[in-house]
Amino acid sequence: MHLPALQPKPVAVVVGASSGIGAALVRRLAEADYRVALLARRREALEQNARLLNERFGPDTARAYEHDVTHYDQVPDLFQRILREMERIDAVLYVAGVMPPVGPDEFDFAKDRTMVEVNLLGAMAWLGRAAVHFRALGRGHIVGVSSIAGDRGRVANPAYHASKAGLTTYLEALRNRLSRHGVHVLTVKPGFVDTPMLAQARPKKTFWVVSPDQVAADILRAMQRGKQVIYTPARWRWVALVIQHIPSFIFRRLSF
Amino acid sequence: MASRPLPGSTTLGLGHMPSPLQEERLSPDRWQAVYNFGRSTWRPGWVVRPTRADDVAALLEWARTHGWKVALRGAGRSYGDAALGNGHLLLDFTRMNRILEWDPDTGLLSVEPGVTVERIWRYTLEDGWWMPVVPGTMYPTMAGMLAVNVHGKNNWKAGTLGEHVRRVTLLTPRGQVRTLTPEDTPEEFRAVVGGLGVLGVILEVTLQMKRVHSGDLLVRAWATPDLRHTLEALDTHKDAWDYVVAWVDGLAGGKALGRGQIHVARYLEPGEDRAPARTLRAEHQDLPDNLFGIFPKSVLWRFMRLAMHRPGMRLVNLGKYLAARTLAHHKEYRQSLVAFNFLLDYIPHWERAYGAGGMMQYQIFVPKAHAQDVFREVLRVTQRQVPTYLAVVKRHRPDDFLLSHGVDGFSLALDFPVRPRRLPQLAGMLDYFNRLVLEAQGRFYFAKDASLTPQVALAFLGEGAVRRFLTLKDAWDPDGVLESALYRRIFAPLRERLGLNPHAHRG
Repeated sequence: MHLPALQPKPVAVVVGASSGIGAALVRRLAEADYRVALLARRREALEQNARLLNERFGPDTARAYEHDVTHYDQVPDLFQRILREMERIDAVLYVAGVMPPVGPDEFDFAKDRTMVEVNLLGAMAWLGRAAVHFRALGRGHIVGVSSIAGDRGRVANPAYHASKAGLTTYLEALRNRLSRHGVHVLTVKPGFVDTPMLAQARPKKTFWVVSPDQVAADILRAMQRGKQVIYTPARWRWVALVIQHIPSFIFRRLSF
Repeated sequence: MASRPLPGSTTLGLGHMPSPLQEERLSPDRWQAVYNFGRSTWRPGWVVRPTRADDVAALLEWARTHGWKVALRGAGRSYGDAALGNGHLLLDFTRMNRILEWDPDTGLLSVEPGVTVERIWRYTLEDGWWMPVVPGTMYPTMAGMLAVNVHGKNNWKAGTLGEHVRRVTLLTPRGQVRTLTPEDTPEEFRAVVGGLGVLGVILEVTLQMKRVHSGDLLVRAWATPDLRHTLEALDTHKDAWDYVVAWVDGLAGGKALGRGQIHVARYLEPGEDRAPARTLRAEHQDLPDNLFGIFPKSVLWRFMRLAMHRPGMRLVNLGKYLAARTLAHHKEYRQSLVAFNFLLDYIPHWERAYGAGGMMQYQIFVPKAHAQDVFREVLRVTQRQVPTYLAVVKRHRPDDFLLSHGVDGFSLALDFPVRPRRLPQLAGMLDYFNRLVLEAQGRFYFAKDASLTPQVALAFLGEGAVRRFLTLKDAWDPDGVLESALYRRIFAPLRERLGLNPHAHRG
């Protein structure tokens, strides 16, 4: 039994919900009694995800919103539309990210720019708007999926590393601004995850590859426990610790 | 029925409204987490505090044309979700608080919706007039009280607040202004009073005040050893005294189940008070800021918090009962109207003492014949499952308002702490109580409610009453603009059952 008067279902907005971590996350959120707004560029995948959720968790569980995160101007109006249609927003999770394949001697500004636009500027547009809302409410969860790749700039993909480093720092600053107002900010740093993005990027070598669902489960647990920064799976924390402390005269000779 | 365009507003333009509305865009900083009084739940609300009828009309029109719902809120003193919205526009009327007309000869008072009980007594008492019905706190607003048709400790003698209202001016969501009176428009009047703020916006209320000849009441207190004696005492004294109320030790079991303390009080006759001019003044009425002259009451709730568990409350209740048995047993004394009526205001922010999860109140109204059995079972079960920290019993009478909570019998009000982990147990327990009350032909009170299902509400109100209420709602608010969390929870699901069109989807 429960008292619906006292326990309305919270709403999570997941930006980048058509595949990969985002698609797994909306399922986990629905299981945890959230209603979810699914945002992504690809309408069919998005609507199918929403339909499956509504079939499984009840007709009012999910709504799909077609959206390209690089259309920053649309964010305030869309945020407001979601507020009106879903009637509340308790958490905003930014999962959208791209990592096009980049060769060892390739410096392609078009690719670099896309990574910064999707991975960083889109996050600023959404999480900044979320910050205003949650600051006003004095509560809420902001979740950004950054990457362990943001911890150091390696030879593999300079712009990707830079975009994730920027996101990590942005999230840290949001946390420092908002925690005093009751808003929780979570930085997520996954390692290799079995997603379309990883397949597309074609890295030379992968290990400890986990399913998107495992990452989603870790994110949800961290949200509920009020964690600030998590590596997922957790063992990447130790790898990150080592990588962060490799001195430059060695680091610049390494090939990964 | 009188129906005219809004005075002084030729168009429903947005000329007066602040810029966020003109831009047709939410100003993000207007969003707030809006809590219920028990601080046990909240809803987001885009909060606007209008001061003029024109602004209210413009906001309603804007909401209607842009697909937003509107919820109305006064002081936010409802324990449940009656003064919360569903995450849309929330109109808070606390700034619309002017006293419009006052006649100290006849005691007729006209006020705007946001005027509080406190404002009123401070304004009228020196002229020898008191509100005929007041709730247990002086902070609610007039329109908020009428939306749930509040009662006081004098319910048997004086009825509900709505019975003393002579006129209500209502703005319906399509922009019409209607004047409702109990004589000319009895059906509509009895639907709007107790109408939960979803039929229209109350713009003005005219109330017949009660003549008093002193600022004091004569009070008598004594202890009762068990539930039977408690109920008998209230019933025996209900006609000779104006106010009858019992505090019950909710944690005493066995033979002492339902033991408590009776307070009865009556107004003083002319001449009984030798110095009425003095007792009618606000200084005489004001509640003290300190306990025993030194301890500041503003921080008392922090200390109460330390006793908010079963053994602590057992001790507090036992102490209170023993004091009632000895110190105050069969004592008669004079007490100011404010001190007697607004017991809840003695300890500022007492509701915060319940801790992070907040508190809820559950109040049931049971006809006389079944009250003892139902209350006994309720108290017994709470002691086994979720203990109540405060229990109050009052004597009531029926009234003819559409969504009435009145019965010829007794009410039992129970305060519970809300702890998220124990919510399922609390919910199960209240569901069981709701069925007991229905079987006994009892009723419920929306100001307190957080547990009713649409089915239970339909059963106690009756299909006819609910149908009349929703039919009026459709006539005056065909777009379903006005919608509180409580309306969404209880009444919206009944529309389909009664064959009425569902409101336009929130999307």
